[in-house]
Amino acid sequence: MKKLMIGNEAIARGAWESGVKVVCSYPGTPSTEITEFCAKYPEMNCQWAPNEKVAVETSFGAAMAGARALSCMKHVGVNVAADPLFTAAYTGVNAGLVIAAADDPFMHSSQNEQDTRMIARSAHIPVLEPADSQECLEFTKLAFDLSEQYDTPVFLRLTTRLAHSRSPVEAGERKEKPLREYEKNPGKYVMMPGMARKRHLAVEAREKKMTLDADSMPVNRVEMRDKKLGVVCAGVVYQYVREALPDASVLKLGLSYPLPEQMIRSFAAQVDQLVVVEELEPVFERDIRNMGIRVSGKDKTGLQGELSAAKVRQLFGGGAPVPQEPALTGRPPALCPGCPHRATFFAMKKLNLTVFGDIGCYTLSALPPIGMMDSTLCMGASVGMAFGAEKARGKEFSRKTVAVLGDSTFIHSGITPLIDAVYGGASTTTVILDNRITGMTGHQQNPASGKNILGEPAPQLNLEALCEAIGATVRVCDPHDLKQFTQILKEETQADHVSVVIARRPCVLLDKRKKEPCHIDACHNCGACMKLGCPALIKTEKGVVIDRTLCVGCGLCKQVCPFNAIQGGEA
Amino acid sequence: MKKTNIIIVGVGGQGILLTSKILGYLALDMGEGVKVSEVHGMSQRGGSVITHVRIGDDVHSPLVDPGEADYVLSFEMLEALRAEYFLREGGVLISNTQQILPMPVITGSAQYPDKMPETKNAVLLDALSLAEEAGSARAVNIVLLGVLARFMEWPQEKWESAIEACVPPKTLETNLRAFRAGLKG
Repeated sequence: MKKLMIGNEAIARGAWESGVKVVCSYPGTPSTEITEFCAKYPEMNCQWAPNEKVAVETSFGAAMAGARALSCMKHVGVNVAADPLFTAAYTGVNAGLVIAAADDPFMHSSQNEQDTRMIARSAHIPVLEPADSQECLEFTKLAFDLSEQYDTPVFLRLTTRLAHSRSPVEAGERKEKPLREYEKNPGKYVMMPGMARKRHLAVEAREKKMTLDADSMPVNRVEMRDKKLGVVCAGVVYQYVREALPDASVLKLGLSYPLPEQMIRSFAAQVDQLVVVEELEPVFERDIRNMGIRVSGKDKTGLQGELSAAKVRQLFGGGAPVPQEPALTGRPPALCPGCPHRATFFAMKKLNLTVFGDIGCYTLSALPPIGMMDSTLCMGASVGMAFGAEKARGKEFSRKTVAVLGDSTFIHSGITPLIDAVYGGASTTTVILDNRITGMTGHQQNPASGKNILGEPAPQLNLEALCEAIGATVRVCDPHDLKQFTQILKEETQADHVSVVIARRPCVLLDKRKKEPCHIDACHNCGACMKLGCPALIKTEKGVVIDRTLCVGCGLCKQVCPFNAIQGGEA
Repeated sequence: MKKTNIIIVGVGGQGILLTSKILGYLALDMGEGVKVSEVHGMSQRGGSVITHVRIGDDVHSPLVDPGEADYVLSFEMLEALRAEYFLREGGVLISNTQQILPMPVITGSAQYPDKMPETKNAVLLDALSLAEEAGSARAVNIVLLGVLARFMEWPQEKWESAIEACVPPKTLETNLRAFRAGLKG
């Protein structure tokens, strides 16, 4: 019987059916659920890695040792994993190695709109692009077969609308894959210059062969209809094209790198006008133009955001302009009531600090009324940036500056810059927002959680001992002890050494302690609590009221009320 | 079945994903083609959330285009106003009358809009009270699903078995009461 699955669930199913043994990933929207669904199959050993580079290295090790392996990440995670990936393209694999990379056109949950198809081209790694959940399952299986057949890692490229859309899937059964023989083969796996030069030739030969084979791969297909307009497309965009231009002829690319050159040439020759409809970069369009074929597309679609059937109809089918969302008061996401980050950033605001940040729920503190983040670049960036700012503006600047990052992003890529700051004689202050979980992506365990992906007990990383070993002065404090936390922050920013302040309090969504909501008796309407930006506090003409359905009783507002007008909640 | 497009909107945390999951499950159970598009991640922290449900045999795109929705199911008034432009001529708006203040209104930098939906075919109801009567304020989504069921031609027991398949067993009784409250009106 068919089951409705999001694309990510179907990929997990496809991995399971392919006989995958090892899955190693770092969470990132919109890729996270693939690994979570994988973890439901006991035949696959699944783990959250500290970052995408480690994830790919682990999967690569498993594949080289003979087991099929999968790593999943969002598009920017591919940057972190790029180092092992680019060279894995030279060595090739032994058992199949697949990288599921999820792009995020329109940046629903991302900091940029980079296009994995571009990275794949510079890394010489083939790309498969499914167009619905059924194809997610089938293409995952194909990806493992191609990986072994052509001895290369393979990208499975998704976009948000594929990863997070449900459509019916006919699932199959698992086919166990016995371990492939492991053979010592330095010429293939030790990439010193002499060996790597030979392997680079192998990459070139493989790509040439795959380009020829692509013409006859069933995942690339031509659907001839009216010959006036021929559309080349892939992924979920294919669905938009079919809906918007039902009469147009379509070349649907399943293998979107390397491209099936002869198939494209013959398709182009049969249609009056050839267009490419693609989101993000003009990747297909440039490749096709480089074949000497007349083609257009990006002149209409642009580089930004998502397409839709309505947009494709408007741009290529003479449809009416797509109605726009009315301009109404926005509803940006906000830190949850009781979120420990609120107190942390409130203390920083009190001290008027410059805050270098990174990626997590706490990035929301850049928005009013807290408005306390000066930068968000990538995970772990804050620590090195604070050191760089000190190099530029001196230690006086460092006394009013903090680097902020989460427990998960510190482990991801904040450790090495901390070593660098100590080594370089800096006096920076790093605040680790230690809520014991990877929060933004929906609560994935990390090495500081003390639990593994299955929720079973696991060795817990001791952040204090780690930072002390690096040579930093470490202070630990619950930010909801606002007075003490502010004092510690003040002392450590002033100090002339590298400090780490661990703001430790579990994510409120995981805090099972039941607390009475707070209530206000005689509000003076001074507005002090409103500076917290808590969604449970509502300003009225008669004073602030507390929404009891939202308040979790964290008591932070009690601490900032100068008139002691707030009662209840945490003592 | 004729192609049916449904937009579900509300505020992160109101159970929007669960609602679209139930609808998807039900459509599949009724032998229909179906696609559902969700948004996870950043937008779930109290921000606006929208899911698209498309039912019918030749559905390609997982997204409902503006002006093509048969139903907009809204869990909150401001979100109803924001999503109204998805409705086709003659489409139906079903909305909870509850107002949840967004952060810019809470901090006083913006006003909660003082207007009503323009849609002629609108069912506006206090789903929060009905949900509370059913046993939980969190069942607003299922109350609204009950209202939607008045307009769709599927039998009540199919709706209820879809709810049973998708909600946590502990909450089933409450959710069934909430569904029936919405269905009855």
